[in-house]
Amino acid sequence: MMAANPLIHGPSTPAELLLADVHVLDPRAGIDVRHDVLVRDGYIAELAEPGGIDGPEGIETVHGQGRHLLPAFFDPHVHLRTPGQEHKEDLETGTRAAAAGGFGAVIAMPNTEPVIDSAPLLRSLRDSAAREARVPVGFLAAITRGLEGEELTEMAELREGGALGFTDDGLPVRSAGTLRKALQYQRLCGGVISLHEEDPTLSRGGSIREGAVSAALGIGGIPTVSESTMVARDAALAGYERARVHFQHLSCAASVQAVTHAKATGVSVSAEVTPHHLLLSEEDVRGMDTRMKMNPPLPSEEDRQALVAGLREGAIDCVATDHAPHAREEKEVPFEQAPMGTTGLETAFAALYTGLVLTGELPLALRVERMTAGAALFDLPTPRIAPGEPANLTLIDLDAEWIAGEHGWESRSDNCCFAGRRLRGRVLLTVAAGAVVYRERAFSVVAA
Amino acid sequence: MNHLLSIEDLDRAEIERIVTQAARFAEVSDREIKKVPALRGRMVLNLFYEASTRTRSSFELAAKRLSADVVNFAASGSSVEKGESLKDTVLTLSAHKPDAIVLRTPWAGAAELVSRWCSAAIVNAGDGKHEHPTQALLDVYTLRERLGGIDGASIWIVGDVAHSRVARSNIIAFQKMGAKVTLAGPPTLIPRGIEALGCDVRYTLEDLSSADVVYALRMQRERMSETWVPSLREYAAWYQINGRRLSPRQVLMHPGPVNRGVELSGEVVDSPQAVITAQVQAGVVVRMAVLYELLSGAHVPRPVPEPQLA
Repeated sequence: MMAANPLIHGPSTPAELLLADVHVLDPRAGIDVRHDVLVRDGYIAELAEPGGIDGPEGIETVHGQGRHLLPAFFDPHVHLRTPGQEHKEDLETGTRAAAAGGFGAVIAMPNTEPVIDSAPLLRSLRDSAAREARVPVGFLAAITRGLEGEELTEMAELREGGALGFTDDGLPVRSAGTLRKALQYQRLCGGVISLHEEDPTLSRGGSIREGAVSAALGIGGIPTVSESTMVARDAALAGYERARVHFQHLSCAASVQAVTHAKATGVSVSAEVTPHHLLLSEEDVRGMDTRMKMNPPLPSEEDRQALVAGLREGAIDCVATDHAPHAREEKEVPFEQAPMGTTGLETAFAALYTGLVLTGELPLALRVERMTAGAALFDLPTPRIAPGEPANLTLIDLDAEWIAGEHGWESRSDNCCFAGRRLRGRVLLTVAAGAVVYRERAFSVVAA
Repeated sequence: MNHLLSIEDLDRAEIERIVTQAARFAEVSDREIKKVPALRGRMVLNLFYEASTRTRSSFELAAKRLSADVVNFAASGSSVEKGESLKDTVLTLSAHKPDAIVLRTPWAGAAELVSRWCSAAIVNAGDGKHEHPTQALLDVYTLRERLGGIDGASIWIVGDVAHSRVARSNIIAFQKMGAKVTLAGPPTLIPRGIEALGCDVRYTLEDLSSADVVYALRMQRERMSETWVPSLREYAAWYQINGRRLSPRQVLMHPGPVNRGVELSGEVVDSPQAVITAQVQAGVVVRMAVLYELLSGAHVPRPVPEPQLA
């Protein structure tokens, strides 16, 4: 039970493009070699050795000079803030940020104003996306009405209206009884149930991870058990109901262990982790920079390493940015007053490439796999670089250095935790659902 | 020194310089005319987002004894209640060109944030549960007056450490001055990870006799809506500093205001070991020294940093 087209995007022109001499890296297709790639009418028409394709008349040629061509990334967790919070982001600016980050599709969260908890609201949002979204967007609907954690939404009708799945993201489903009913309803309507795990009785009053830094700053701490106990509880519920759940933004070793245990016992769970939890730690909060305030909070160094290991070894399935834009005036306040969240779409690849691939902690191919794995978790086709596939591609200069934010952002908001950092790896071109959706301004293309 | 935001920013020599200067100002307080012209023509703005009598009046008195002009701005009854942000309030008040802003807020890091928005010297008079550096300086001053020095002294800080900015600043300051700090209190009120600051943690007062100085913290009744401790009665039974627990050779401190019968028994407040009123007197002279340190001498305009996102 689902609308025919779960991902939706604005009007676009199918690409006609020859990507000459690019280093194609698609771990699933087993390709890691320099090739020419021909895109016709939005589909990958041909792969051949460099120089093996004569660009048909009138087709633009992009001279890759050995730069990397990867399957476009998939982000299962972003906040596009529409409807109601367009001063932070909207469908157009958010998907423009996604395109600039090399993402070919994203999944938007329903914690907007109003909350996406009814089919008419979802339809109207999808109508807007069909006009404004630069890359395809899928939408999750709320599990409970108004994210209040009490009454279930009309899940079956929402699925028919195009909901990819359900989440109360931003908030946990506090009541195990309520979540259990949603998991039962999943048997009727399908759709992944995506969970923000936090026990509010443990996290209340907290802004950062509990530990030496929260003790020193006198800022309320959120203990790791606030998340890990809920992951364990909900994995048990999913096992009991034979349901399919996805755990959002894991932030500690104990949660990774709970997911590992659930997978080992045959429960259908998956998990994501964000670039900031993989790269930053509670030490980065010492300056009380509000860009470092997010939920879940930045982990201890030990937990950070456990998250990297979890991603490498497969306990964690994919990377998600949890792109959470906030307006300048909302973040330009004392730390404890600031809203939680960091933007992430435009820096995800470069930050992880600089911080984990170049340091040898994560091979590039695995990295690419984990940045595209989110699609299959939501029952969507995985972007692949093979003849006959729709073109979902991103061309990246792995050697290009840039300072995050130095030329501004595509996103409407600038609350990026990586701002000001020197990063390696620049997205030059993104093709999503067959259309060119992003070109780096300084990147010259030569028409044939 | 451009600002006083955190006791972390001061090294031992700077702390000593300030308390030595404070001792010189103490002499002024004993004169018939309690005023010196050191900061004549300078303007000190007290910006208080939290109720405070002793800290605010102590800063006001300190500034006036140095002949500075003082403007008090309390958040209640002001544009803050009309929804003005901290940033806009600071920018507006900065238009009057204060030389120093003394800031108290319920938010950690607010003083540091404000220091990026204006050119005045910022004095942190308490930022949430984070720090209260002038309290730490006056406590160091008080102990130096009483004990001659605190190198090697054992100082116990007892009570609600979790909600106390005084505790955090004092742990750092006392250790910088060579003391050994032990925290004692109910486990719910000792934050996890605090030992990383270099102090010991105890959950009972069994070994309190080893302390040279007992520093009791205020139990904040207003916080007891959340059950951090089962009852104040039980708290007092386990953690109250009283005549049985305090020995004659120990010095007793408290940042005030005291809850008699809760963290301190009446008899110890009135005992010769208590230096609580000396702390209050020290407050004025130490704050004089801080303002003098920040504002005296050649007036070098402070560069206003580029506005940036917090």
